[in-house]
Amino acid sequence: MAGQLSIAKALNEALRKSLESDPKTVLMGEDIGKLGGVFRITDGLQKDFGEGRVIDTPLAESGIMGTAIGLALRGYRPVVEIQFDGFVYPAFDQIVSQLAKMHARSLGHVKMPVTVRIPYAGGIGAVEHHSESHEAYFAHTAGLKVVTPSNAHDAHWMLRQAIASDDPVIFLEPKRRYWDKGEVGDAADLPLHSARIVRPGADATLIAYGPMVKVCQEAAAAAEEDGRSLEVVDLRSLSPVDFAALEESVKRTGRGIVVHEAPVFLGMGAELAARLTERCFYHLEAPILRVGGYYAPYPPSRVEEAFLPDLDRVLDAVDRALAY
Amino acid sequence: MTVKSTARARKKAAPGVPDNLRAGSGSAPELVQLLTPEGDRVEHPDFPLTATPEELRGLYRDLVLVRRFDAEATSLQRQGELGLWASLLGQEAAQVGSGRAMRPGDYAFPTYREHGVAWCRDVDPLNLLGMFRGVNHGGWDPNEKNFHLYTIVIGAQALHATGYAMGITKDGADDAVIAYFGDGASSQGDVNEAFTFASVYNSPVVFFCQNNQWAISEPTTTQTRIPLYRRASGFGFPGVRVDGNDVLACLAVTRWALDHARSGNGPVLIEAFTYRMGAHTTSDDPTRYRLTEETEAWKAKDPILRLKAHLDKEGLADEAFFAEVEAASEALGLRVREGVRSMPDPDPTLIFDHVYAEPHAQVAEDRAEYIAYAASFEGGEHH
Repeated sequence: MAGQLSIAKALNEALRKSLESDPKTVLMGEDIGKLGGVFRITDGLQKDFGEGRVIDTPLAESGIMGTAIGLALRGYRPVVEIQFDGFVYPAFDQIVSQLAKMHARSLGHVKMPVTVRIPYAGGIGAVEHHSESHEAYFAHTAGLKVVTPSNAHDAHWMLRQAIASDDPVIFLEPKRRYWDKGEVGDAADLPLHSARIVRPGADATLIAYGPMVKVCQEAAAAAEEDGRSLEVVDLRSLSPVDFAALEESVKRTGRGIVVHEAPVFLGMGAELAARLTERCFYHLEAPILRVGGYYAPYPPSRVEEAFLPDLDRVLDAVDRALAY
Repeated sequence: MTVKSTARARKKAAPGVPDNLRAGSGSAPELVQLLTPEGDRVEHPDFPLTATPEELRGLYRDLVLVRRFDAEATSLQRQGELGLWASLLGQEAAQVGSGRAMRPGDYAFPTYREHGVAWCRDVDPLNLLGMFRGVNHGGWDPNEKNFHLYTIVIGAQALHATGYAMGITKDGADDAVIAYFGDGASSQGDVNEAFTFASVYNSPVVFFCQNNQWAISEPTTTQTRIPLYRRASGFGFPGVRVDGNDVLACLAVTRWALDHARSGNGPVLIEAFTYRMGAHTTSDDPTRYRLTEETEAWKAKDPILRLKAHLDKEGLADEAFFAEVEAASEALGLRVREGVRSMPDPDPTLIFDHVYAEPHAQVAEDRAEYIAYAASFEGGEHH
């Protein structure tokens, strides 16, 4: 399947392969059948696999999650689509209290191979509740794996691995990158939790995931023109975090900057900065800095550019880190 | 209807509570009953039941043993052996009747009070006590007896049951599911979403609502303005109200509902009209919110006494039988007492054992940290 694919198409192909390889895999969600999902990620799948495998559901997020749990108990491998990030909250109890804990509650007797796909984060000029970054809620809940790809290749193999996992996986899809194209090889047999150095560098490490990886790559390219060498690391997995890879990079560069869209306060960056400070203290030339959203509801789209970290805000943080 | 007339209608309805919603009422015309509180058999045209004397004795035995188990657990909580207990006192018939209606391949999704259903599914009663003692969050293998783990969040399991039932349909299997919940849970979104999913997918699930009149301190009138079983019609499937203190009626109606569901006719809602004789849990104080007269009135409808009266009247059981049940009850009490008291605390590393099915770096790190910390104490163990 080598070739240039958009993230959206790479996800579609991953779903198709998962449906082909395991008859117990079922897709569930609102509008995922004939419409192919509002982002067309499930395009054509109901036509090829039938209404029993690609299930259009009632408009009830808790209902979708709760019945997916029941299907998993019956031996199925449900892949749930939540239409937009801000619509997942009605399913929050089913995810954090039921899905995440079933394996522990049963002392390991029950497995929960459920994948929850959520188009997340902003930057597409959407209306309210269509641009949220809620990864910290899920990463904070033990029992869930939380991952997010930043390119088509990762989108493909990470989704296949998420579906194959016997643990519940929250699969966050950076919706503003859906149409970005990239080379997609066959699904690699990589562990789902390994971070990746996107671009090597020597002066500071930019740590990002999902939609912000591209922003950090652009910042690193711009910084290079000023003679600064920035390393960019794509986390890929938010639970667990590949701290070994981050630690190695930050110790080498002496500086770390975490970039995400979600509000900085108590976000993923807080955890990453705290741990990296504990582990790399004597190697650090500057405190680990964070660049992210403000402590405010996601704003109306006409001002979302002020909320979202962009190349300049990242470079500003690089300046501050290098000034120590 | 205008806003004004709606308001007037509300005002008019407010002071009075519909008769069939009153906690003291058990004789509303739509109530399916096969055994009167006096122990006399009555026939219902839609729900015939032929039970052999042996089956009747078996049901009696179940009711007595389940009540004994429950009483023992309440005592053990008072003695400090359990952190909490949710008693089923008064609801034995609803649970045993519905539990005995199930076939081996059927699957039950309980709340946290279905000790009688667990009994019918042959789940070891001691398994139920682990959560209340605080040594686990359930811990049994749900697939061993087709009895799912207790669910504390109200109504969440109704969706799990429905999803499981959707799987049965996909498998083309000849099984059905029962989802248990209470009158309070009928207000939850999850229960109503379960009704929707079950209805539109025509899933083989029986929703078994034990209307025990009280959701902790809130009466059924705080949950609904119509009898609960009538909710089903709005979702497009049948609803039946059964005398929840009549084990025979609960058996007959649930058996019918399960067969209805497994035959591809879709879900059924059963409202078992019953009463919680005890507290919500051992932390509750029902004297603050309900009248003694109400509880006394329901005592007269006791599920065990009415079946005993029937067995006596019809000469279906002798002294030896009752003595044998009594002896079994004593033996069960002893087994539960000793079993709970000798139930070991888990090794603290249990905290980390089943968070994920697959390795997870953060759990591994936290486990190592705990083990190192515990080992730092004298003797190598943290007490």
